[in-house]
Amino acid sequence: MTTRYLEIRQGVLSKNDRLAADLRARFAQAGVFVMNVVSSPGAGKTALLERVLRELRAAGWRVAAVVGDLQTDNDARRLARSGALVSQITTDGMCHLEVDLVTDKLAGWDLNALDFLFIENVGNLVCPTWYDLGEDVRAVLLSVAEGEDKPLKYPVMFHSSDIAVITKMDLAEACECDLTAMRENILSVQPAIRIFETSAKTGAGVPVLIEFILQQRAAKLASTSVPPTA
Amino acid sequence: MHELAIAAALVESVAASAQAAGAARVTRVFLKLGALSGVSKEALLFCYDVATRDTLLEGSQLVIEDVPVMIYCERCCAEAILSGIQGLRCPRCGELSSRLLHGKELEIAGIEIDVIEEAEGER
Repeated sequence: MTTRYLEIRQGVLSKNDRLAADLRARFAQAGVFVMNVVSSPGAGKTALLERVLRELRAAGWRVAAVVGDLQTDNDARRLARSGALVSQITTDGMCHLEVDLVTDKLAGWDLNALDFLFIENVGNLVCPTWYDLGEDVRAVLLSVAEGEDKPLKYPVMFHSSDIAVITKMDLAEACECDLTAMRENILSVQPAIRIFETSAKTGAGVPVLIEFILQQRAAKLASTSVPPTA
Repeated sequence: MHELAIAAALVESVAASAQAAGAARVTRVFLKLGALSGVSKEALLFCYDVATRDTLLEGSQLVIEDVPVMIYCERCCAEAILSGIQGLRCPRCGELSSRLLHGKELEIAGIEIDVIEEAEGER
């Protein structure tokens, strides 16, 4: 018996990462833009997505959503009211979505028939951090009712996100939210993040977010499509 | 306790590599753990014993190297190691930096395995 050292140098979650890369390639080929939406429970993921799905559909876009929850399909039923294709993943206790759950859920879906896919993750500011779902943009939501220092308490999640959406802006005054401090705290853990402010109730700020999503999709299609050989 | 899921993924990955290398057992696993990985070292060590049970890794030692957050400061044109993870600010000039060089590691650096030599196996 001999003892040997074997160099590995790979991420602990390399299996999830590999599957996520496969799924990302499928999304790119189909031209579907994917957003992974994370937040603490109650930050307003479903309410914001209800609004975004409805407005994108009204503008003629083909949209779908996959929703993760520990129990119940209440959120999927709410989102389905927008008329979009919606499917619920009930994790039965698991606190985050992993890429194989999403891949399984999408089996049988024609991705070519979609322009946008939104993945509403399980409400949790810790565990979804590590699991790449093949998304183009990870959006972390933070409501004005949650306290300005939340980004400092959960820096890893905020650091891993591409955009931050401050939600329930219609309640900002009632909650005495110090928006300047909230923005500074978000930027201090992720200086490259882009911040949006929305109210799903009044619709304020939602067009700016939608404009961003449309631009991102256009940029993705431009970068993945093969230029015509003329 | 998300560290249990992380430990399970770690064991699955190491066991596959060890098996491919013809290992009889794994004796040590060397892991790089960044301060911004979000994983608790103590919780991971606790879960490791449970996750390795009845695998090639049973009884092995998990050796964790803590990796601090390191940024590159554009203003100072220099790297800087940060003591915390709450603000990615250069400790010299106070400027925020979006260039993270280290700190997110959750990486298996290598493993120490026992291999049965072929000549030994034939006897």
